[in-house]
Amino acid sequence: MKITLDWLCDHLDGDFSVADVVATLNRIGHEVEGVENPAGKLAGFRVAKVLTAEKHPQADKLQVLTVDTGEGVLQVVCGAPNARAGLVGVLGLPGAVVPANGMELKVAAVRGVESNGMMCSTRELELGDDHDGIIELPADAPVGTPFADYAQANDPVVDISITPNRQDCMGVRGIARDLAAAGLGTLKPLDVPTIIGEGAPATEIATLDPEACPAFFGRTISGVTNGVAPEWMRRRLEAVGQRSISALVDISNYVMFDLGRPSHIYDRAKLTGALVARRAMDGETVTALNGKDYVLTDTMTVIADDREVHDIAGIMGGEHSGCSETTTDVLIEIAYFTPERIALTGQALGLSSDARSRFERGVDPAFLDDATAIVTAHILNICGGNPSTATRAGTPPAEVKTIDYDPALSATLGGIAIAPDRQKDILAALGFGVIEQGGRWQVSVPSWRRDMDGAPDVVEEVTRITGFDAIASAPLPRADGVAKPTATPEQLVERRLRRAAAAAGFDEAVTWSFISEADAAPFGGGAWSLANPISEDLKVMRPSLLPGLLAAAARNRNRGADSIRLFEIGRRYLADAEHPTLGVLMAGDKSARGWQAGKAAPFDAFDAKAAALALLEAAGAPADRLQVMEAVTGGNIWHPGRSATLRLGPKAVLAEFGALHPALTRAFDVDGPVMAVQIFLDAIPAKRASGPARAAFAPPALQSVRRDFAFLAATSLTAADLVRAIRGADKAAIVDARLFDRFAGQGVPEGQVSLAVEVELQPAEKSFTDAELKAIADKVVAAAAKAGATLRG
Amino acid sequence: MSDIEAIRAQLLGDIEAAADAGAVEALRVAALGKAGSITALLKTLGAMSPEERQAQGPAIHGLREAVTAALAARKEVLDAAALDIRLAAEAIDMTLPADASPRGSVHPVSQVMDELAEIFADMGFAVATGPEIEDDWRNFTALNIPETHPARAMHDTFYFPAQMNDAEGRAMLLRTHTSPVQIRTMMSQEPPIRIIAPGRVYRSDSDATHTPMFHQVEGLVIDRGIHMGHLKWTLETFLKAYFERDDIVLRLRPSYFPFTEPSAEVDVGYKQEKGRRIVGGNGDDEGHAWMELLGSGMVNRRVIANCGLDPDEWQGFAFGVGVDRLAMLKYGMDDLRAFFDGDLRWLAHYGFGALSVPTLSGGVSA
Repeated sequence: MKITLDWLCDHLDGDFSVADVVATLNRIGHEVEGVENPAGKLAGFRVAKVLTAEKHPQADKLQVLTVDTGEGVLQVVCGAPNARAGLVGVLGLPGAVVPANGMELKVAAVRGVESNGMMCSTRELELGDDHDGIIELPADAPVGTPFADYAQANDPVVDISITPNRQDCMGVRGIARDLAAAGLGTLKPLDVPTIIGEGAPATEIATLDPEACPAFFGRTISGVTNGVAPEWMRRRLEAVGQRSISALVDISNYVMFDLGRPSHIYDRAKLTGALVARRAMDGETVTALNGKDYVLTDTMTVIADDREVHDIAGIMGGEHSGCSETTTDVLIEIAYFTPERIALTGQALGLSSDARSRFERGVDPAFLDDATAIVTAHILNICGGNPSTATRAGTPPAEVKTIDYDPALSATLGGIAIAPDRQKDILAALGFGVIEQGGRWQVSVPSWRRDMDGAPDVVEEVTRITGFDAIASAPLPRADGVAKPTATPEQLVERRLRRAAAAAGFDEAVTWSFISEADAAPFGGGAWSLANPISEDLKVMRPSLLPGLLAAAARNRNRGADSIRLFEIGRRYLADAEHPTLGVLMAGDKSARGWQAGKAAPFDAFDAKAAALALLEAAGAPADRLQVMEAVTGGNIWHPGRSATLRLGPKAVLAEFGALHPALTRAFDVDGPVMAVQIFLDAIPAKRASGPARAAFAPPALQSVRRDFAFLAATSLTAADLVRAIRGADKAAIVDARLFDRFAGQGVPEGQVSLAVEVELQPAEKSFTDAELKAIADKVVAAAAKAGATLRG
Repeated sequence: MSDIEAIRAQLLGDIEAAADAGAVEALRVAALGKAGSITALLKTLGAMSPEERQAQGPAIHGLREAVTAALAARKEVLDAAALDIRLAAEAIDMTLPADASPRGSVHPVSQVMDELAEIFADMGFAVATGPEIEDDWRNFTALNIPETHPARAMHDTFYFPAQMNDAEGRAMLLRTHTSPVQIRTMMSQEPPIRIIAPGRVYRSDSDATHTPMFHQVEGLVIDRGIHMGHLKWTLETFLKAYFERDDIVLRLRPSYFPFTEPSAEVDVGYKQEKGRRIVGGNGDDEGHAWMELLGSGMVNRRVIANCGLDPDEWQGFAFGVGVDRLAMLKYGMDDLRAFFDGDLRWLAHYGFGALSVPTLSGGVSA
């Protein structure tokens, strides 16, 4: 919402500057987004009189003028055909910047004759399109006056962000009222003219939809002339960003910006029969003033005559019943529309307008008769004509809202202690009434303040007018002692994982929660697909963290990154819920080529496994009880032979890891093998809370003993199965078993593999005897045999 | 000169002149071996009379000890020299590069969220979370934003199609703010409540300063007797701790949010230095200005009642601020879109080391 200072002074008496207005508006809750003074660009231009005009000695089309600037006489070279002695025009002095082209004027020689400025055309000053000659002002224009003052352009425009609850401030007068309440000037009384109409309106009006349009007031005027609105009105409208169209349209707009009151003026020549507010019929169409066609439904309200729809009620008029230069008879519509209905219709049609934004916030229901009179008076003043009597169909809601209020609330809720008398003054200045009833107040709400809902709103009124600077900081009460820990176990797991992943050399990325359908497809597609995505690339909620990381890897590869280690902690969005997840991606080189190692080394699936295990351990998962099992996910996500899951028992999948399927990495344009991990944080069992103390422990007194065993087994025997069997061979003595060699080839029969395992034995009270060691070794061999491995001879 | 003296002189001279370990060993054998010269002298002791032995014994033993010590000393010298030679041969250009271990980093958004958790924990606030796919009741209606409210148009909301409506028929959407966590917390937890709720939020908006996904942190206090003064103190205390400056000055301006009443926009004073906004100072002072930082207010009675609490008993405040924006203001990034690109160069520059854990004792921007 824009206002001009001059316009504001129509409603507000007092001595204040635009800076005062801006500061006060900001202070009382009307954020100023900008101030612009059109006079700024006219600085350095002044009214000047041509004293003499001689032909330029070197150029036929130029003249050499002597010009009275009011402070002396300057020589100016001019090419305009209308330049002549006696002309009063506009002179740009050296240093002035020509608005139309940004050129700074300087003292310069023009074809050998010194010129000390420029006589300007309308176009050069961006005041119009005329460039046939220089501006000709009336002969009595005061020479030497800054042109901005002469042209009354010195009127700063203040752009205000009006919050959606304050429709009453969507007009200059409402802003003036708030400013006056805040002590900036005095609100002038509103001048409501008395209109003496003759005869009933020539067009009958009615409302057949009292729920959406409880009141439809109006009047007809015959014999109007729809010319150009007066200069002052056009200047104001244009200053606030409203193009001037014709006197009648400008009047309607002017009253809307001035008083926050939309109206509609119909050309009666285009109407047939009575004009009524009614529900639209399903499928009914209208071409609105913006030139677009709208298909209506029976939830929408229209203003229509016997033949067709002329107005989408409260939102936008119809194109063909608007006023034109041939209009002579008009009907003024001043209606009250139910805000919720306007909002729903506007949303359904996707149509916004100045009228809608006011009606859907709720215009003043007590300001229909006066608005009709004011619009009529403007028309009579500007366009002439003969008014009918006013007519009223329906009645606007007239309920006066009263709020029970305790003045102590300004302190106990608003944080500012304001004397009750001062509160009363503020409320009175804003149009509220106060009746005291034993310490509590009954505050009656003015008709234009539909936003007032309860006592806190009254607190806001008295505190905002006082100014929030008066709020004194008050410490929140602090619990005794050191601040207690507040993080939940889930939050702690996430924090630990994040730091562990970073410590392991991974960079944390944050990628979009939504991805394209194509990127989601290999992961089973997205369960959640947006109805109104911002683009096809950001359409479905990700079912996996891998697509986002792959896309990030591809971007990094394209920028020449050799080694990519990325992770992200975020959610996967599945049909049932959102699942917190850690994703890890490794692409490119694991280690760069070097003078020691030689060639660069790629990542392999065991890098992914190592990362998965280390991170699960950091997350507090019972790492020693995890089993490596086959991958579960279908599709072409993982390399079928180089990926697996980590589970607790057969069902609880805590992580998946391995090499990604080449078809997937190709689809994301990432070259070479790519390793990945996903850890499902919500599958990790919560640690039992057991207090800070650890289980009792003393390191064994005796040193452990290590024995190596080599077995032959079918290649189908997994390392995990063999090691598990060996560990179980003698649970008292064997504390660890680790596979340290795997070999197939020469010396090993076809289809078999040699597996070497180091077994760690821990003696308890006394060292193992040879016989005991032999017995344990026999158990190991027997257990391995049971698993399908025979001791190598 | 006696024999013994002659042998001593000879042997010690030879030992001193021994050129390598082999020569030292040969001299040892020649002197102290089975057939060695000193061994022979020692053997003569047995045949001597007690008086002779008394006289010769110490001299011969003295010779043996002197030669033994000289051999050891010489060997040590020669070993040391040999080691020096070997080590000299092992010399290598120590300016050659070592294998780099990958550094890894924590994203600034995560770091800032950790900082916020640390600061607010000291003020007794817990961290609460909620789903990002929300229903329109919690995202709008419960927050006093009815369907026809113009404020709904202020949020460019991402919706899911009607077939995704929840069991109660509520439309599902991507939360436009972290405020629905207020609703969830008040409905599941007895007051007094002090929480912050950081997380991803979504609006259908994309330009240089807006991305369709960004991060917000919500703050909520519900208790008895809470007023705007507590809100102001909390924001001041938080921002002073976060920016690690005591000269943070806030300007509260009345504003409007459907879920708070009264509502305030909060500006913070700053000055422009070398093209960057440096938070601090009074925005009205010379060279300073105000920038809008966050929205806040006293929780609307209707919101409290919608959550099943008695608004005559409980009141409190709420605020919301952009996490990405806080990060940008503190750490100096200027492009929001870069936050979500995963560019390794950006992450290496703006990210944080794994061990840079924000703590109160070490400073939140550890």
